[in-house]
Amino acid sequence: MCLAIPMTITKIEGNKAVAESMGVEKTIDVSLTPEVKLDDKVIIHAGFVIEILDPETAKEIEQTWDEYIKTMENEQ
Amino acid sequence: MTNEHVLAHDAEKLKQYQIDSDICIMEVCGTHTTEYFRTGVKDIFPPRLRLVDGPGCPVCVTPNHYLDHAIALAGQKDCIIATFGDMVKVPSSYSSLARESAGGARVEVVYSPVDALDIARQNPHSEVVFLSVGFETTAPTEAVTVQQAREQNLKNFSLLPGNKLTVPAVKALLDAEEVNIDGFILPGHVSAIIGTNAWKFLGSEYNKPAVVTGFDDHDLLKGTLLLLTLISENKPHVLNEYTRVVRDGGNQHAMDMIYSVFDADDSEWRGIGVIPGSGLLLKDEYADFDATKKFTVDIPEPKEHPGCRCGELLRGLILPTECPLFGKGCNPEHPIGPCMVSTEGPCAAYYKYGR
Ligand code: SF4
Repeated sequence: MCLAIPMTITKIEGNKAVAESMGVEKTIDVSLTPEVKLDDKVIIHAGFVIEILDPETAKEIEQTWDEYIKTMENEQ
Repeated sequence: MTNEHVLAHDAEKLKQYQIDSDICIMEVCGTHTTEYFRTGVKDIFPPRLRLVDGPGCPVCVTPNHYLDHAIALAGQKDCIIATFGDMVKVPSSYSSLARESAGGARVEVVYSPVDALDIARQNPHSEVVFLSVGFETTAPTEAVTVQQAREQNLKNFSLLPGNKLTVPAVKALLDAEEVNIDGFILPGHVSAIIGTNAWKFLGSEYNKPAVVTGFDDHDLLKGTLLLLTLISENKPHVLNEYTRVVRDGGNQHAMDMIYSVFDADDSEWRGIGVIPGSGLLLKDEYADFDATKKFTVDIPEPKEHPGCRCGELLRGLILPTECPLFGKGCNPEHPIGPCMVSTEGPCAAYYKYGR
């Protein structure tokens, strides 16, 4: 149920939008994330956008976690 | 380091992780059950680390009574049941939606609850009942669907409320003290809605560490390593590994949407019993869209297959392979319990990946 692959918003019309990933397009509902805009990367569940990813933050955060794990290691 | 290097490095770390006493961790989400197998992360668990499955497969925790109700509705004249595909093959007390459909009942599988509105529009002389199951991730999509049905003045659409909330269920498991869980891998997309903060009680009230975790191999490796570190350092923190999606406060708009349509109420979970405040019922102002109020049907007394041990499984007491029927009387072609049917069911995952 929990599809984790982010899709990219390519079209928005009212509460409906089109999202694309690897050539596959899906019509989805954006009622749960009214702030969504074109080109956003989103997580979709049961045909609805449930959250928007920030690609920059995502990268930064991943690095932070790597460092966090390293720090924890060094503490051990 | 490239992604591949990080992955190899984390995998090696997990393999080599030194554990001095037995550790039991629980994943609460049904998708994690499957992904731990699919990514191979479970195969490299260090010795003495046990992963048990929690109550996080929505179809598995739906009690027979609900399915019996759905089947009774399906037996009405001019009624169409719209449902997520996972529900169709689940055995009820006496039948299943698949069997009823073969016998002439109209059962339509939908990908999204809003698809059920299309079915209602296309079939104005039929009543369309959507089986509203799922946790906090799915509930807001169903809430929006009910609101859209009202906006569109769709009189032939209703839903059979069966949604459940994970936080009260995890609390109930801990309060029952049947199983000693050292830490939790928390669901990524439930947490996207409710937020990491909603799980803080695990640390502050129960002294249990927990990590909100995403679904790919990086996520599972990192989430597991973080949880093991917290456990071995005796730090009951609740951390968020899936920060690219999950915020501390969750998706407040989606939460507001849930509680504009539903009220929390006591709810029965398969094999666990009634958990206070763990279900969602439609508010009175949405009674027109509530199939329990709109239709009167005879629902038979529910019964369970005496050999099925889904209940113990969903409480983390046994692994699927410890059920005597696993792979013998019960397999995905001839499932005895829902845990063998759902794509998120622990028995289905163990069967598919040959454990
Ligand atoms: S193997 Fe089948 S009978 Fe046993 S617990 Fe799983 S679903 Fe139930």
